[in-house]
Amino acid sequence: MTVEPAPGVPLAFDPDSLAIAMIGVHKWYGAFHVLRNINLDVRRGERIVICGPSGSGKSTLIRCINRLEEHQQGSIVVDGVELTADLKRIDTVRRDVGMVFQQFNLFPHLTILENCTLAPIWVKKMPKREAEELAMRLLTRVKIPEQAGKYPGQLSGGQQQRVAIARALCMNPKIMLFDEPTSALDPEMVKEVLDTMTGLAQDGMTMIVVTHEMGFAREIADRVVFMDNGEIVEINAPKEFFENPQHERTKLFLSQILH
Amino acid sequence: MSPGPAQALAEGFPDLSGLAVARRMRWGRWTAALLIVLALLALARAFANGQIEWSYVGRFLTVPAILDGIINTVVMAVAAMALGIVLGVVVAIMRLSPNPVLRAVAGGYTWLFRGTPVILQLLLWFNLALVFPVIGVPGLWSGRAVDLMTPFLSALLGLGINQGAYTSEVMRAGMLSVDVGQYEAAQAIGMSHLRALRRIILPQAMRVVIPPLGNEFISMVKMTSLASVIQYPEVLHSAENIYYANSRVIELLIVAGIWYLAVVSALTPLQMLLERRFARGLTGNSG
Repeated sequence: MTVEPAPGVPLAFDPDSLAIAMIGVHKWYGAFHVLRNINLDVRRGERIVICGPSGSGKSTLIRCINRLEEHQQGSIVVDGVELTADLKRIDTVRRDVGMVFQQFNLFPHLTILENCTLAPIWVKKMPKREAEELAMRLLTRVKIPEQAGKYPGQLSGGQQQRVAIARALCMNPKIMLFDEPTSALDPEMVKEVLDTMTGLAQDGMTMIVVTHEMGFAREIADRVVFMDNGEIVEINAPKEFFENPQHERTKLFLSQILH
Repeated sequence: MSPGPAQALAEGFPDLSGLAVARRMRWGRWTAALLIVLALLALARAFANGQIEWSYVGRFLTVPAILDGIINTVVMAVAAMALGIVLGVVVAIMRLSPNPVLRAVAGGYTWLFRGTPVILQLLLWFNLALVFPVIGVPGLWSGRAVDLMTPFLSALLGLGINQGAYTSEVMRAGMLSVDVGQYEAAQAIGMSHLRALRRIILPQAMRVVIPPLGNEFISMVKMTSLASVIQYPEVLHSAENIYYANSRVIELLIVAGIWYLAVVSALTPLQMLLERRFARGLTGNSG
């Protein structure tokens, strides 16, 4: 199923091997130009980390991939489906793309188990029993099956974020988007969430992660994308990116966050 | 070990630890209580000596006409409120929709029905036959408006549609109180707009809207009394019919008042039950 190009061979334009293609994407909020000429190809199974100063457009970029935000120019193709205003296409893409938010966004009025079974039952029309078995398997994978009957408000931040990951995985997505998944967490809970994400990466999930966790980027990413002021300034392998940044803006950013 | 109170005292001071703190006399409270009791006594004396036959109040409290009346009052309040809530939810969703046509229709509805008195709306519904002698769906069914617009249906439409205009604003406030991230999370797992509203947004909005809706329902119980002008046999209408016959006006009005108080008092515990139901997962440290 997965078409892996031989290592070292530059990426050819083979649509089957591409999970996401963004070509010349622009976006404006009124007069404010948030995304400027974004060109980014993501291979299947690839792990991309996006970093950059706040307000640089990182979150907006990944929110365009599952159409939480609309782009106004250029094209975005996710798993062979080009995103347009067509609701059917948006639905197809959203079924294939899972998302984890900075603020978890669990549904507070539903139990952990119900949070996970909601989409399989109502979107995929899966029988309840089957959805619950699936949810328990994924809650076990994120190491909190014992919390299934509780409500989100009764869990720690780290646990809530792991539930959010399990909830997204319940739709069996091909691509996972992470929007600053550890930024709202107390420091002692960051590791449990990063470990869960590392496990996911090792299983071959295509991942795009917006994060300030440079250790995670160095260890897990295939490529690191640096954004500033709405544009992609630099894309490089993590070793090159951290040890030999090409642009002044990248150097400045790295000097500010790495001590 | 911490030292005892006596040891902690500076030398030369007497040991007071065994004594209770004296309570100040609260003259204000005593004066206020006295004045209120006097006022209540005067009021009671006035009513006792006034032109009220209390035996009539006791006798008419449970006569069949009054009991039927209070049942009709409760039935109308529940039915009109149910219609109001259904309309309110639909109109609130329309009001928050990205579709400008739906938004305008919802805005117009609220404007029209909040802008006119309920009693006028009731009279209009009741007299609909003057405008449309025959109403129906062309080709399917039709009937004479005089037969169709019974006092019950006129009251239900008048009170329910008017209530919908107010309830829509309550529901809109409730939906706006739900964090936008909830909607985004629902979209991200592939839920459609309506499904996200039904499963995610509305259940959370309910928690916020129940106290104001309880208020609205209490208003509704009392507003049904306006339906007496279009011959709907609710409790005030029954009381009036009786005092037209026996001239015991105040006694019968007191009977009606007692029943309104009883119904409204029964609603408070009901509201508390509902509030608890919708507060699941949201009490204490919610995330």
